[in-house]
Amino acid sequence: MTWPTASTWLVIVVAGVGTFALRASFLALADRLTGLPHDVREALRMVPAATLAALTIPALVRPDGDWALLGPRALAGVLAGLVAWRTRSALLTVVVGLVAVVAIEAILT
Amino acid sequence: MTATATDPSARGLRAAFLTGVRGVAPLLLGVVPFGLVAGVAAVEAGIGLPGAVGFSVVVFAGASQLAAIDLLGQGAPAAVAIGTALVINLRMLMYSASMAPELAPLPRRTRIASAYLLTDQAYAVSILEFRTGAWDLRQRLALYLGAGATLWGTWQVSTVVGAVGGAVIPDSIPLGYAVPLAFLSLLVPAVTDRPTLVAAVVGGVVATVGADLPANIGMPLGAFSGVAAGWFASRRARVAPTTADHPTFADGGHR
Repeated sequence: MTWPTASTWLVIVVAGVGTFALRASFLALADRLTGLPHDVREALRMVPAATLAALTIPALVRPDGDWALLGPRALAGVLAGLVAWRTRSALLTVVVGLVAVVAIEAILT
Repeated sequence: MTATATDPSARGLRAAFLTGVRGVAPLLLGVVPFGLVAGVAAVEAGIGLPGAVGFSVVVFAGASQLAAIDLLGQGAPAAVAIGTALVINLRMLMYSASMAPELAPLPRRTRIASAYLLTDQAYAVSILEFRTGAWDLRQRLALYLGAGATLWGTWQVSTVVGAVGGAVIPDSIPLGYAVPLAFLSLLVPAVTDRPTLVAAVVGGVVATVGADLPANIGMPLGAFSGVAAGWFASRRARVAPTTADHPTFADGGHR
């Protein structure tokens, strides 16, 4: 069996500890964060929309780094977004999006 | 057992845990192929099954694992791989801050331990559920652990299968696309008003334009920009001319 080198283990351990520190950061301090000002709570309220959009949109319109505003993934994404909006079903969103992207790629090629 | 089964709070905890499991279940459609790829990539980069499992258990964050493994495979220095992985995971800071008020009254040790399971999916499923359902503190923890543990188990199993079995998914099925689709299904309900719409649009546009930036900084940059823009939009909508004092400074943050 192939085993990682010491340098690779170093990456695993340091990246793991660092990632855990990022995850634990504010959760560790949570008891001091009670009675947050309205402004701070409003900023935190933006986190899901901002992070999920930052994760999603590049994968739809720049799937390989190149711009593809009207590419199969962007078009299928619009359809999937409508499904998500109308049905609120994650399963339907993913399935419709996958079927749509395969169909659009088949039509375009 | 019968005592706990009839205890309403215990039943509530189980219901909450299962709500977390059910919330994350459809997202596994994106997690499984991603985990398979993480396993395959580890073997191809020459770090084998132990390396794949090491990354998945210790780091437990897909996109950063793939980037670090890719860099190691190209012979990049350890510091570059570590730095890249941590930049990609910067968004965890925001998840942690967003979850903190929800779990604040729990013992610190519990909060810190539960942070290990904080992922995009577990966070998004939990926070959307907290906002729409009436869950008490222990139910919120149970719900989050239900989502987090389900994701953790699925991630570990699919990484191992990918490392042992190799590329099992034909290229003609773009399952990699299932990951952004799963995030999209969470993004839509996260947009509830004008400020959250501004947050999403700015976050998405900045991350997309910044996709070329070095060290994968575009995504966290987009996320932070989106939060800032949404916050400004919310503040503009709220601040009335007569009461435009600054309660932020008056209240401090140290209560």
